[in-house]
Amino acid sequence: MIRLEIGWGYMGRFNRATGTERSVTPAFRPAIVTMPANITVPGLLTVLAMLLFILPLGLRAQSGGRLSGNFQVDVQSYKTDSLIGAPRVDEKLLSNSYANLRYDWGKFSAGLRYEGYLNTLQGFDSKYDGIGIPYLFADYQAEDLGFTVGSFYEQFGSGLLLRAWEDKALGVDNSINGVRVRSTPMPGLRITGLIGRQRHFFGLGEGLVRAIDGEVTLNELIKSLNDKATRLTFGGSFVSKYQKDSDPIYKLPENVGAWAPRLQLNSGGFQLMVEYAGKINDPSADNNFIYKPGEALLLNATYSGSGIGINLTAKRVDNMSFRSDRAENLNKLMINYLPPISKNQIYSLMNLYPYSSQPNGEMGMQAEVMYQVKRGSKIGGKYGTQISLNFSAVNTIERLPVNDTTPVGTNGTMGYTSSFFKLGPDKLLRDFNIEISRKLSQKFKLITSYQYLVYNQLLLEGKGETVKAHVAVADITWKPSEEHAIRMELQGLWTRQDKGNWAMAMLEYSISPHWFFAVIDQWNYGNPDPDKRVHYLYGSMAYARDANRIMISYGKQREGILCVGGVCRNVPAMNGLTMTITSSF
Amino acid sequence: MYCRVRAGIKASPYGLPCHSGKPESPYAPMPPFFYLCWLLIHTANMKKLVLLSILLSFSALLFSQNTIPSIKVQDLKGKSIQSDKLLVAGKPLIMSFWATWCKPCVKELDMMFEKLPDWQKETGVQLVAVSIDDSRSTSKVAPFVSGRGWDFPVVLDVNGDLKRALNVVSVPHTLLFDGTGKLVYSHTGYAEGDENELIAKVKGLK
Repeated sequence: MIRLEIGWGYMGRFNRATGTERSVTPAFRPAIVTMPANITVPGLLTVLAMLLFILPLGLRAQSGGRLSGNFQVDVQSYKTDSLIGAPRVDEKLLSNSYANLRYDWGKFSAGLRYEGYLNTLQGFDSKYDGIGIPYLFADYQAEDLGFTVGSFYEQFGSGLLLRAWEDKALGVDNSINGVRVRSTPMPGLRITGLIGRQRHFFGLGEGLVRAIDGEVTLNELIKSLNDKATRLTFGGSFVSKYQKDSDPIYKLPENVGAWAPRLQLNSGGFQLMVEYAGKINDPSADNNFIYKPGEALLLNATYSGSGIGINLTAKRVDNMSFRSDRAENLNKLMINYLPPISKNQIYSLMNLYPYSSQPNGEMGMQAEVMYQVKRGSKIGGKYGTQISLNFSAVNTIERLPVNDTTPVGTNGTMGYTSSFFKLGPDKLLRDFNIEISRKLSQKFKLITSYQYLVYNQLLLEGKGETVKAHVAVADITWKPSEEHAIRMELQGLWTRQDKGNWAMAMLEYSISPHWFFAVIDQWNYGNPDPDKRVHYLYGSMAYARDANRIMISYGKQREGILCVGGVCRNVPAMNGLTMTITSSF
Repeated sequence: MYCRVRAGIKASPYGLPCHSGKPESPYAPMPPFFYLCWLLIHTANMKKLVLLSILLSFSALLFSQNTIPSIKVQDLKGKSIQSDKLLVAGKPLIMSFWATWCKPCVKELDMMFEKLPDWQKETGVQLVAVSIDDSRSTSKVAPFVSGRGWDFPVVLDVNGDLKRALNVVSVPHTLLFDGTGKLVYSHTGYAEGDENELIAKVKGLK
């Protein structure tokens, strides 16, 4: 074994001469790290590089840096349940765990993430099975210059062209591993450039991603405009991916370029945001290897006044799936992100049919109004009332054959033609929603919500037909004292399609600041198949202290789709015990 | 009873790096990340093990109290701000991570909004809400905030940089910094009445 001694250790309460402990003095406290003798040359080089890099920091660290992190483990036991479709799991118990450690010192930070899938939970890709450190970075950010090496997350504009992000609940992590430089050469001008490969399970994807983004805020660039109420920001990005063409049939573009200009205007309570993205032909598994170029437009206008908020969005997406590996599918190796324009529903039955973005083509709009009725008025009551209205409508895009003999979407052709302003014939989604929230007294609060939903299950999930559903929710909170609260949710979903009617009841009891108990029953009482009119009974309890939380649940969970930000994954039916621990330090 | 790391990562491969036999030892209990490190070292492969031990021992060299990091965030008008500039010197700061789609978060912020004038009179505490909404809903944050009448500052952490720097796993997650920017308390989740514990901590700072 080689023993390295590396200066000024906080942990060095150890006298290396005698091997005994000694009292902690603020002077030299050497930390000792033992290293295996069979270390490889690149390994040693890495160590030396890190030594050279970090040691000078250590020598000057009078003020000290900051070590912090978090930890999460999800453990699930599985019982076979053929009635709800819970499959047999040989391991009987599976777990996913994550731990982040990071160190910040002034402008410098470094960190890593441990991930363990022993074995991977049902509903996630079992290619994760195993353990590793897929995320490791060092970062330096000064006022006018910053650089990152290793893994990083990034978003240009609204993400239409590039968004590297993670969501553990979805199993999405498309972080880029490589180099990133951020520069602010003058106030108001920001430039970001990066090059790297994307994470793919515990390795990296095949494709290279090269990207640059520039953004100008006119009010910061021109001094005389600094304090003006109207602010203008414009920017643009260019992203190019490289992947070798080894296709036996088609000649595929190895370098695929994409670009996106954008603009943001703020004036008083108004904000206007526009971003357009375009891409050259990029035949892939997603678009059935057609050679049509892709494009997307996102238009957003909002108004925020006192007690009122309005949001209008319009969107068109045409063949805009953009991955660093043309053969990949689902949530893997996505370079861009197409934000959905449906409301993010919170209540479980409103989430039975969640909408996911359609990268191959969709066109739609969303309007949302949030209004606060004043306290003391007739409608507002003693404590005020909040009303929010939402309407979303999404259709397919128009697709016409390129000529008389080629069907729409034939591989190896241009695929189809589509006029920019024309809606397609099929409705994908209609979602009308109203929610009224009112505090009735010091102790009671009531939220009621109604939704009318049209969901094209055939085109969105590839099964069934169009589901038309009415959903109603009542959510009552009773707070008998400062520490205790009881909350009840009653929900109903009525439809003639798919699995028919559902009813749901939930009772939740919390004792601040530590305890939480809940019982939920979802009942598919209207299932066309009388044998499947199942109660999904689920109980859970949690204990929280500071930034630590443990939750234990037991029961049946229905099969469904879990979506975050329009990206979804299928969650299989489950019956068993779940334990989740999260901690942040 | 906690056990303690001795002499860096010099642990036997079979046991926790524990200091045994001296239960009256005056050292503070080790925080959970040491056990985590132990776990990591026993599972990661050699090269990573070395990297990790180096990183950890150096981190420990420089380990000190958590302070508010300096990360670029955006206000609702699109202006960028460094997160450490959100602190008003000498005044405690409550930083609450939330999202428009998170019911408990909105409940917590509603409650704080209601009680904030009283809290400010007593302690001078400031509140800032950090939205972790992604590009699907970032543009909805401003109308949402005005639709609820909130008048405290709200900032956007679109790329999740501040969230990662402060190790926020899920929302709601509320942190309390004292007047010098030192992290003194944090809490995840929200149950009705949790704000009482928070304000008790703020009052405890005096």
